[in-house]
Amino acid sequence: MTDDAIVVEGLEKSYGSVRALQGVDFAARTGSVLGLLGPNGAGKTTAVRILATLLEADAGTARVAGLDVKKDAAKLRARIGLAGQYAAVDENLTGFENLEMVGQLYHMKRSAARARAQELLERFDLTDAAKRPAKTYSGGMRRRLDLAAALVFRPPVLYLDEPTTGLDPRSRLQLWETIEGRVAAGTTVLLTTQYLDEADRLADRIVVIDHGTVIAEGTSDELKAQIGGERLDVKLEDPADADRAVAALAEMCIENPTVSDHTVSAPVRTHTGMIAEAVRRLDEAGVGIDDISLHRPTLDDVFIALTGHAAAVEPSTELPVIEEVPS
Amino acid sequence: MSSLALNVSDTLVLARRNLMRIPRQPDLLIAYTIQPVMFVLLFVYVFGGAIDSGPFDYVDFLMPGIIVQSIAFGGFVTALGLSEDVQKGLIDRFRSLPMSRAAVLSGRTISDILLNCLSLVVLFAVGFLAGFGFIDATVGEVLLGIVLLLAMGYAFSWIFALVGLFSSTPETANSIGFTLIFPLTFASSVFVPAESMPDGLQQFAEANPFTTFADAIRSLWIGTPANTDVWMSFIWVAVLIVVFAPLATARYKKVAAK
Repeated sequence: MTDDAIVVEGLEKSYGSVRALQGVDFAARTGSVLGLLGPNGAGKTTAVRILATLLEADAGTARVAGLDVKKDAAKLRARIGLAGQYAAVDENLTGFENLEMVGQLYHMKRSAARARAQELLERFDLTDAAKRPAKTYSGGMRRRLDLAAALVFRPPVLYLDEPTTGLDPRSRLQLWETIEGRVAAGTTVLLTTQYLDEADRLADRIVVIDHGTVIAEGTSDELKAQIGGERLDVKLEDPADADRAVAALAEMCIENPTVSDHTVSAPVRTHTGMIAEAVRRLDEAGVGIDDISLHRPTLDDVFIALTGHAAAVEPSTELPVIEEVPS
Repeated sequence: MSSLALNVSDTLVLARRNLMRIPRQPDLLIAYTIQPVMFVLLFVYVFGGAIDSGPFDYVDFLMPGIIVQSIAFGGFVTALGLSEDVQKGLIDRFRSLPMSRAAVLSGRTISDILLNCLSLVVLFAVGFLAGFGFIDATVGEVLLGIVLLLAMGYAFSWIFALVGLFSSTPETANSIGFTLIFPLTFASSVFVPAESMPDGLQQFAEANPFTTFADAIRSLWIGTPANTDVWMSFIWVAVLIVVFAPLATARYKKVAAK
């Protein structure tokens, strides 16, 4: 119990007749990243707002860093950092002034707040922009400044609410690396996202929520295992070999292989040496191989299997990219 | 530090932040400097000749009124700033910090007082250039007038805080301010004597607190009969604060907890 930095039990919250959270439970081990995954409107942001003491739950309890989010709210605020998709920075202040202000509001001495601001600007690669108002920053720079503001007081617990929504792919990658750096330094992170690749990359454990309830929980691998193993695709040199290929691979499969055009798809259980074994068997059967590959299910597959609908559009193709603002 | 000291320190940090923004937002800087100058020049030189201000030069009659109007609207930056902070999510950041929750509003209203001091300097400068002068006023009366103006500006800051918190965008705050509150300053003795108005409007103007404020400043600065205006003005200030500060605070809690 004491190893969990975040413990949420039976959390409920309604807005009028809309039940945003309908009894949610989850926990995050100290020093780990918990991914809260779900589509828009699933209740992710509501959960974060309750944990950040911005909102009170209708029912249920939540403890963060050993403190109750309701009873110990004032104390808790000194131990959490909040950053997210809205990049809450003052656009008319410079990067440095923003961080200095946040430091002072954590009741650091002014000199300490200034030193910390400088340090964070360097770490987040914003030194060159330190003296420019934040309104001249690009979307990625703004998110980095927002994240830096959340880290001013070295909080042991960090909430990241859709930190890369709307960012271009390069900025996403930069932000991911920054987050990984924080986790390596021992921070517990609660990350909400609608992007499966983001949860896959950053989260140690993933809680999938939809319509205000938890519908699945586990590591990325466990979730993928829930919907079956991997898929071996063999592209044949000669489609006429299909029957012999299916017969050769049948023993390795957990379900019958399927054939379409030149390709035999074989659902398999994961074990090492899978491709080598398949090549050997096909070779023995005299089947010519044009290409062979092993596909692991993506979290997209998991989400569709669990909810019957896709989680979100891919960020790189569908979402508007925040344009670079000329300085 | 005690909680009171922390409260004061948080308020000052946020007040400083509000003031640092002003020179970087040219539209706001214009609102505080050029706009009052423009009003003075328009009224003195365009309308002034056509307005009968009794035994006084129009500029002497006008300046107390126009200063009342400008200072009352000084708090407008609070309406714009608060609605922007809510819209941009800065309020969330502040509320997630271990700072005084009252500081967001008190920081706003305190910085408004300093901005109103800047406005006063600009208005006095342009007023003197246009020919305004104190008539039979002691130093004490001049200073009491300034204190009254700043207190009134502070009270209006709370009204504008409420306007800002009810507005989903700064543009909405702008239109609420200029369609609901701005006309009130005209239906008063700010620009013309109330006695010159038709029946109905005249009674409305006499009951309008802007008339009370403008007449109070005139009695202190240009020697018009004081009647009850000065102490009534301070009562108005107290009433406005007592009514609007709790309303704005309650609205702030509601807006922030969404």
